[in-house]
Amino acid sequence: MSEPPTTTKTPEQAPPPPPEHHQHPPYQAHHFDTMVQQVDAGKLGMWVFLATEILMFGGLFCAYAVWRANNFEAFDIGYAYLSWEYGAFNTLVLLASSFTMAWAVRAIQLNQQALCFTLMGLTLLGGVIFMGIKAIEYDTKFSAGMGPGIFYEAPERAVKYFAEHPEATEVAGVADSPEVADAGGTAETADAAPQDDASGEADGQAAASTNTNGTALPSGGEVAEQGIVERVERKTARHADLAEMPEGYYWKHPPEQLLQARPFFSIYFLMTGLHGIHVLIGMGLIGWIMLRVKQGEFNSEYNAPVDLVGLYWHLVDLVWIFLFPLLYLI
Amino acid sequence: MADHATTEHSTSGEEHHHGRYHPHVVPLPMLAGVFAALLALTVITVAVTLVDLGGLNLPVALLIAAVKASLVALYFMHLRWDSPFNAVALIAAFLFLALFLWFAIVDTDQYAPQMMPITEREGLVGPGG
Repeated sequence: MSEPPTTTKTPEQAPPPPPEHHQHPPYQAHHFDTMVQQVDAGKLGMWVFLATEILMFGGLFCAYAVWRANNFEAFDIGYAYLSWEYGAFNTLVLLASSFTMAWAVRAIQLNQQALCFTLMGLTLLGGVIFMGIKAIEYDTKFSAGMGPGIFYEAPERAVKYFAEHPEATEVAGVADSPEVADAGGTAETADAAPQDDASGEADGQAAASTNTNGTALPSGGEVAEQGIVERVERKTARHADLAEMPEGYYWKHPPEQLLQARPFFSIYFLMTGLHGIHVLIGMGLIGWIMLRVKQGEFNSEYNAPVDLVGLYWHLVDLVWIFLFPLLYLI
Repeated sequence: MADHATTEHSTSGEEHHHGRYHPHVVPLPMLAGVFAALLALTVITVAVTLVDLGGLNLPVALLIAAVKASLVALYFMHLRWDSPFNAVALIAAFLFLALFLWFAIVDTDQYAPQMMPITEREGLVGPGG
């Protein structure tokens, strides 16, 4: 094996083999002919895994595309509540951490263990900062009642607000809205606050729930489209009014539009949540590799784990490169 | 694959002084240059959204993102010097993703009008809320 028959495999026969691994370096598995073959096999395996990761995120990107095409208004409303400054800062943090990760791989390939350790520490720090910003963003969303799915309470809380502040309905121009007139529908959540003027009919929710598949919509397509145009016009007017709302109204839209934005936040939390889980896993892997670097396990001859964890971290960066403009900017 | 690695070994020149097995070590100025380009593209993609291009905003943003992703894949992820099999895995994933998205979006146009008026359908308080 140390004398390969083909000329292509000669240059990588690495350091003098220790006695217990008489034919090859200790970090070369027995079932590989050469280190080149071992490294190439490992990298191909990692790339196949990354391909499945792309397809997994692809499902969510598909949900984004379909919902956005069907429900553009939801995205138009919802994205007003994302801070592009946070998103852009996190983009820079992830790009920088990708850079330090690529540099760390270079360092270990050049036998610079200490530099590699430092650079991976910086990469880990990037992950910490990213998740810190993400935590601030999530906290802001949840405290505004804009969580995913059942945690999306913004419309009910907005209705409750109007029930407690009748004067605000005038400012917001929602007094004519039948939904707000029925504001007592959320009386169960409004119990804590003194509230005499709004009626306590708690059946609004049940009465309003109809079909969910959309087939039995009373109006035809054209009528519905007309309704959209009207709503967009009304929204433009109200958006300006809401800036002068009394204290305590956190949102930039009236209740019925907050309800429309619900799918946006579900998609936002699913996409950024799955991405955040990947960041956390990547941080764990980087910490593990840092320990092994510290123990001197890797050098210029053997560094595949550093390389492969680097690939994973770059994929996390790659997904965010698409998430940032789609969620925060467009 | 080994053939490819050895070719790079002889052409890149950087790793002659240190060891035996290295397909390619990316030069630091190149990594820094790619990082600078990625930062610049991030600034551009934010700046472009301040300009209303109408329907073009989304394609432009996706195009910039694709360029950034290519830079990351080619240089940070080393794909430019890797075995082409790795690129095949990545490109195949994107092809299948494109196929998936394409069919889903084509179908979307067929039922869009009935999906839109969510407030009229469910009332103000939706299910589960």
